[in-house]
Amino acid sequence: MPEFFQFLVSGLTIGAVYALVALGFTLVYNASDVVNFAQGEFVMLGGMVTVFAHAAGVPLPLAALVAVIVSVVLGLSLYWLAIAPARGASAVSLIIITIGASILLRGAAQIVFDKQFHKLPAFSGDTPVQMLGAAVQPQSFWVIGGTAVMVLLLYVFLERTLLGKAVLATSANRFAARLVGINTTTIMALAFGGSAAIGGVAGILITPITLTSYDVGTLLALKGFAAAMLGGMGNPLGAVAGGLLLGLLEAFGAGYISSTYKDAFAFIVILAVLFAAPQGLFGRRTIERV
Amino acid sequence: MTCHSHFKSLAIAAAVALPLSGLSIYSPALAQQTVKIGSVLSVTGPASFLGEPEDKTLRMYVDKINAVGGVAGKKIELVIYDDGGDANKARTFATRLIEDDKVAAMVGGSTTGTTMAMIPVFEEAQVPFISLAGAIEVVDPVRKFIFKTPHTDKMACEKIFENLKQRNFTKVAMISGTDGFGASMRAQCVKVAPTYGVQIVAEETYGPRDSDMTAQLTKIKGVAGVQAVVNPGFGQGPAIVTRNYAQLGMSATPLYQSHGVASKSFIELAGPAAEGVRLPAAALLVGDKLPDGDPQKKVVVDYKQTFEATAKQPVSTFGGHAYDGLYIMVEAMKRANSTDAKKVRDEIEKTKGFVGTGGIVTMSPTDHLGLDLSAFRMLEVKGGDWTLLPPGT
Repeated sequence: MPEFFQFLVSGLTIGAVYALVALGFTLVYNASDVVNFAQGEFVMLGGMVTVFAHAAGVPLPLAALVAVIVSVVLGLSLYWLAIAPARGASAVSLIIITIGASILLRGAAQIVFDKQFHKLPAFSGDTPVQMLGAAVQPQSFWVIGGTAVMVLLLYVFLERTLLGKAVLATSANRFAARLVGINTTTIMALAFGGSAAIGGVAGILITPITLTSYDVGTLLALKGFAAAMLGGMGNPLGAVAGGLLLGLLEAFGAGYISSTYKDAFAFIVILAVLFAAPQGLFGRRTIERV
Repeated sequence: MTCHSHFKSLAIAAAVALPLSGLSIYSPALAQQTVKIGSVLSVTGPASFLGEPEDKTLRMYVDKINAVGGVAGKKIELVIYDDGGDANKARTFATRLIEDDKVAAMVGGSTTGTTMAMIPVFEEAQVPFISLAGAIEVVDPVRKFIFKTPHTDKMACEKIFENLKQRNFTKVAMISGTDGFGASMRAQCVKVAPTYGVQIVAEETYGPRDSDMTAQLTKIKGVAGVQAVVNPGFGQGPAIVTRNYAQLGMSATPLYQSHGVASKSFIELAGPAAEGVRLPAAALLVGDKLPDGDPQKKVVVDYKQTFEATAKQPVSTFGGHAYDGLYIMVEAMKRANSTDAKKVRDEIEKTKGFVGTGGIVTMSPTDHLGLDLSAFRMLEVKGGDWTLLPPGT
């Protein structure tokens, strides 16, 4: 039985990492129907900027703040320099632009930082906590707690504030949103900045566990995207559920079936779920009027 | 296609026309003074951590050799192409080195993939090629013109198992990365384990980008009778394995890493969890800790100082492989007192007792690597640094 709890804890920790990345996809998708494939790069930036600022002698909390600011500035630049000039283009074109941006950011990080792996000290020590026979890294609590806080913030923002409602309105129908007086350009910029901030925070929280390097974003974006699809694109709770489920599938797959096929196992389950429910577990069923 | 043949006829026209121009008078003279050594390295791209130090090392030492008059009365002209880690590009550049640059010899090939793609080109052109790639496939089976300098993963397995045998451990668990390095070394370890009386009682794998290996390690923890755990892997994976290993409180069972993590960054990344981890590594890593009588001490300390002073970055074993390759080639040219490809090849094969950064190289017609297990030193992490394990412990 202690094995079971160890797998559970492993799964929840990796799952929370995926959930944080998936969460970043949600905001931009809600505002613009665009899947921002540069999301993984913001996670990388959050980690890398913190590592390098911390190494330069900046205290950790300040370094983390700097990292979030850098992420947000780059997220806004991504919008103003690449997405806004292409307004009117289809969502697919915009998605391709974000893929280009992710390659650019990765290449730039390789030059600005370096090609090595880096770590951050865990926020509250490295001594594992024993729970029900499982050893848990204290940082896991930070990741899981951080995810919970961000989901809550995002949920409150989208459902309880006027600005959040404007984001949802923009997502539902950009033209109609503009007719009722919503400045959709500002909303989109806000979404990109916000998702970059979420990515940056995610990068800071997970780096003590996962380590970071200039290309760490690629796989995280892929797994985060899979998690977001599984949970239902655009729903913050779905992103979290999808992320945790993916993490648990991987951990239990590796633990009880075979570590060689753990990724295959997770993706087979995702395919099966999407086959049965194409909109994901918590996704809104889209109805198109012909 | 037509475009291509146009170019070809243009090139022929130019070749015919050139000797008539005044420029050509100088070119034969120049050709006599220099010998071209070619290289194709993965300076950029995913394998840049190999190609970058190799590139710097070659440039650095060719300048040094030229400063003291070159080799066999000729200055070395280095021609380096960057394949970006792409085997197709490597092959194209190899052809260019042979057909356009007409190199006398080749030292390069950062990865096994690029090397294997280039081998046929050099075999066909009969130009000696010293590869810097790790896998044993490069020199097994032996090909007439192909040599290599880095030790193989098979040797790393043997070194680890030799140590296990000394400690009377017979039951081990393996957790391997599924990347090329991890998969290849895992296969070699499984193959040589019976020779050392070692039984592999549990086997797990992880993806090269995985960020948590506690599930796999928990499974190993549950297997009765495991006396040691071996982790063939590369990059950040082994560092995470080591951290998770400590997290799960498994440190009482010795953990062996491979030469794939033999850089200071492993200790940094794994932190205190790395204490007590053992691994086989080249002497270069512990140059300053070698006893004064060690035959490799001078070479590795000199190389480390030269590289770090010029490149302003910490030395890596990969650059060391390029150093060894270049000097094996240059010494062969000196002994042959010629840069003729076939004479040089014969002399490379006769390399005997060459002291390089990777070990002491003695080649033969059946061994185009020329290293034995003494090339590896068994290290243990103690107090946040490597320490040399005295033989027999």
